[in-house]
Amino acid sequence: MKLSVTTEGLSKRFGKVEALREITFSVPEAELFGLIGADGAGKTTLFRILATLLLPDAGKASLLGLDTVFSYRAIRTRIGYMPGRFSLYQDLSVEENLNFFATVFGTTVEKNYELIRDIYDQLEPFRKRRAGQLSGGMKQKLALCCALVHRPELLLLDEPTTGVDAVSRQEFWQMLGRLKQQGITILVSTPYMDEASLCDRVAFMQDGRILAIDTPAGITGLFRKPLFAIRAREKHRLINELRTFEHASSAYAFGNSVHYTDLRLSPEPRELTAWLKSKGFEDIDVLRIEPGIEDTFMALMESARPQEEHLGG
Amino acid sequence: MAEQVIHTEKLTKRFGNFTAVDEISFSVSSGEIFGFLGANGAGKTTAMKMLTGLLAPTSGSAIVAGFDVYRQTETIKRNIGYMSQRFSLYDDLTPRENIRFFGGIYGLDKVTIRDKCNHMLESLDLVREGDTQLSALPLGWKQKLAFSVALLHEPKLVFLDEPTGGVDPVTRRRFWDLIYQAASNGVTVFVTTHYMDEAEYCDRVSIMVDGKIAALDTPEELKRSFGAATMNDVFIRLARPAKRSGE
Repeated sequence: MKLSVTTEGLSKRFGKVEALREITFSVPEAELFGLIGADGAGKTTLFRILATLLLPDAGKASLLGLDTVFSYRAIRTRIGYMPGRFSLYQDLSVEENLNFFATVFGTTVEKNYELIRDIYDQLEPFRKRRAGQLSGGMKQKLALCCALVHRPELLLLDEPTTGVDAVSRQEFWQMLGRLKQQGITILVSTPYMDEASLCDRVAFMQDGRILAIDTPAGITGLFRKPLFAIRAREKHRLINELRTFEHASSAYAFGNSVHYTDLRLSPEPRELTAWLKSKGFEDIDVLRIEPGIEDTFMALMESARPQEEHLGG
Repeated sequence: MAEQVIHTEKLTKRFGNFTAVDEISFSVSSGEIFGFLGANGAGKTTAMKMLTGLLAPTSGSAIVAGFDVYRQTETIKRNIGYMSQRFSLYDDLTPRENIRFFGGIYGLDKVTIRDKCNHMLESLDLVREGDTQLSALPLGWKQKLAFSVALLHEPKLVFLDEPTGGVDPVTRRRFWDLIYQAASNGVTVFVTTHYMDEAEYCDRVSIMVDGKIAALDTPEELKRSFGAATMNDVFIRLARPAKRSGE
């Protein structure tokens, strides 16, 4: 198996902040690999080191078999990098931006048009518009086109869907699926847990560390406690009361229900229902459910950061 | 019927030939958590600018916190709270300095500011960090502080523009605890988000498509009438046919 990305003990510190702490992982060719984590987890620092824009303090990384420190020039022509902050030229048109990036990489838009066709088709009606005047979703599509215009073997996408609406997010991920089919390796970060399940494998990051790394199914397999979806009227009171239950481990709002975990091995739904009734709740529905990616990530976060409550976080 | 904190009728904003907000009419009741959703470019930001007194409408009417959006914009600004992920607190000031600064902006007197400052730091469990530069604090704490600062002058209505963007799932939920708490104290909450699970936490939700309000109801009723399992499905069904995705 050919590896597109490998890192070993990658660390980076900014003053007192340890942005990355001994990050070791690898991504095989043509994999869609997700980095999941909140702001401040270290995702962007990792991307910048991989994109050869930042030197690590310790450890090493190689992309497409090339070392990020010694072979940065060779790497830059073979990868596409889309930074988290929109970094195209706002005062150039859609067309001008695309031509500019093609020229920088010594190619033309026509030469690799096949690769960007289905994304560019959606931008075509706005090709004369300045990039700064596009909506969030369209800006992201243009940025992806610009990152693809030199036919890179590896794409580094730093939070491409942050601040983008649900429809555009869905379209964006469909595009990533098609690019992967063409053999392009994709490393993508996101704060949206639902997007994690669309990756081949994901790494959960927090405080500069990787908490877990596995397939989406493997990740949810890490969740051990029995999980219940509980519904009743007065949702806010429901959450607060559940947290006071003597056997409660956690209670969080989750869409239209509350996800509840118990400290015991096999608690009875009937007992929970009875307890809630005694607290004056109506229309109670308690259902044992399988955990999702978000449940698992939250459980991993809590166990990795037990002092958080004390700190008031 | 509960008091209406926001009431608009055919509120419209045109920029040249382009109608950004197209005759929207809706009301928000006192103490309600109102979700204001829409695709990028649907007109949410323009609508919010009109409601917060930052942009004059082209036509239609709106009363916000009891004041008129044409004639009483300054009074509106004094009577609402506002927080967004982009504009919130000063990173190079401490929590205490931020509270003092915003208290001054809202015209509170020194004694009130001092009392509120101590009370706020205590209730947020930030007493020890009161004199630490804000940039050194985790994002989740900053957001909690920003929310409390938006409520510093005890407004009846607070606008939250994507308040939870980019934070981890645990912090996001803790933030919603604060929203619920504010609402139970009678504060009306007007909130935008791209997280569709958060739409479920609202009392009512409106979804803007191409400048118009395409749907407005409780999450339960919206899901029922669209035969959808989640708010994400409702949103995608409504927003996908939008014509304006490029704007």
